[in-house]
Amino acid sequence: MSLQGMTGHGGEWLRGTGPQSDVVLSSRVRLARNVAGFPFVNRCSRRQLHELLERCQQEVMSGRLGQRVLWMDLGTLNQMDRHWLVERHLISRQHAEGGEDRPRGVAVGEDETFAVMVNEEDHLRVQVLRSGLQLEQAYQHVDEIDDQLESRLAMAYSPRWGYLAACPTNVGTGIRVSVMLHLPALRLTGEIEKVQRAARDMQLAVRGFYGEGSEASGDLYQISNQMTLGHSEREILEKFQSKVVPQIVSYEQQARQALLRQRPAQLDDQVWRAWAILTHARVLGADEVLVLLSHLRLGVNLGRLTMVDVRTVNELFILTQPAHLQKLAGRQMDQMTRREARAKLVRERLGVVAGGGEVGQQGA
Amino acid sequence: MSMKRKCDKCDRLATVHSVEVTNGKKIEKHLCELHAAEAGLADPALESPVNQLLNQFVQLHSTGKPPKTAACDECGMTFAEFREHSVLGCPHCYTAFQAALAPLVERAHGGATHHVGKVPRRAGDSEQHQQRIVQMRRRLEDAVAQENYELAAKLRDEITQYEEQSP
Repeated sequence: MSLQGMTGHGGEWLRGTGPQSDVVLSSRVRLARNVAGFPFVNRCSRRQLHELLERCQQEVMSGRLGQRVLWMDLGTLNQMDRHWLVERHLISRQHAEGGEDRPRGVAVGEDETFAVMVNEEDHLRVQVLRSGLQLEQAYQHVDEIDDQLESRLAMAYSPRWGYLAACPTNVGTGIRVSVMLHLPALRLTGEIEKVQRAARDMQLAVRGFYGEGSEASGDLYQISNQMTLGHSEREILEKFQSKVVPQIVSYEQQARQALLRQRPAQLDDQVWRAWAILTHARVLGADEVLVLLSHLRLGVNLGRLTMVDVRTVNELFILTQPAHLQKLAGRQMDQMTRREARAKLVRERLGVVAGGGEVGQQGA
Repeated sequence: MSMKRKCDKCDRLATVHSVEVTNGKKIEKHLCELHAAEAGLADPALESPVNQLLNQFVQLHSTGKPPKTAACDECGMTFAEFREHSVLGCPHCYTAFQAALAPLVERAHGGATHHVGKVPRRAGDSEQHQQRIVQMRRRLEDAVAQENYELAAKLRDEITQYEEQSP
């Protein structure tokens, strides 16, 4: 198992299956934990960070987590590989950049459904990703991993505050539950504000495709809980699973039906223009591709266009990112070269390169 | 019949009650200790340690700054540093800054004051036990810094031993 082996496809969570997967791209649950007896990461000496890294690595690689695990030492991994991990949602941007050479690492399960970050803001950040709306399954899995780690590592905990995290906004359960939602129809009908308001009312955070501070590109939004104290893991999950997500999903579905009823020609126009550009463009920008993929995904989900499956579209959201393009090519590329490579990859994946006399045309 | 009444601002029991008349309008307030403190309504007759902590908290808020001396006795982080970076230095900071931190934590978590949910299997590792290990580790750091490797080796063994004997 290697990074290279994972490069050609998206993670398991991009399969495009699972409940509500036309709107819910993925479900994620992560836990923040700190090993008892050490200061938090920001106050650890280098030696202590190394000791933590070694102990945590030993635990995650012990074979008790149920599948093969790939360990990556981020202190020595090159920048492109680190960005590649961010693009796949396996580590945070903060962990990739991580204060220069801070001793830190990540363990990734073979099928990429889980990742354990070591020495990020907390000693341990354990996350599980699933395709579609599968929060319950995601929590069960992350809870099992946590049990395994806990049986060998004592975690910092107090009866009053619960699991102690470096940032008090994570104290208590240390749980962050989030879903990645695709909401193109709400944007097209100008109702995306509705979601932002509903989320705010329920005290949830709304972020873009790449988490904190990122814009919602490709109409992808991450919704997550902000409160971790005073409610059990189950309560937080239950609220998400049965209240928050269904409400937003139904807004989006209503908007999709409204488009179909009231403006079918405009809807098809958007979808088919996206298809036309994606299958013919020779140069594609990083933002542009996300916008077009979003329209295409909407068309596929509504059955307006059937030449491509949703998994292929989902994967393209990730594979067209800069680090992925470069790793696929096996070399560094400047921005212009990346745009060409991106257009070519999209044409290939959408199955339109072969008949086009590609090589001959380019050579002319 | 006296009904136990909830705080106007959270679900805890209201212990401070006040009635004010402003512009001919009667305003009743029923608050828990913390929210009473926040509203400047703490009962001065009470001299419990809780109350002292609350006073401290009111002081922090009235000056807008924590006392310069407020530092965690384990890791040395000051409250000002915490406010600047939003991260604490070690588990003991939660105890060291309890008075100033509790209201902030509550606000961030919609008024929640206590953990509900998973308890670690090894919850037997009491806070004192955890703190003791932190202290031993700090001595180890000092020993390494002073290149006193003999002491460092000894401390390392002690830590391992102590960690294994969970209470």
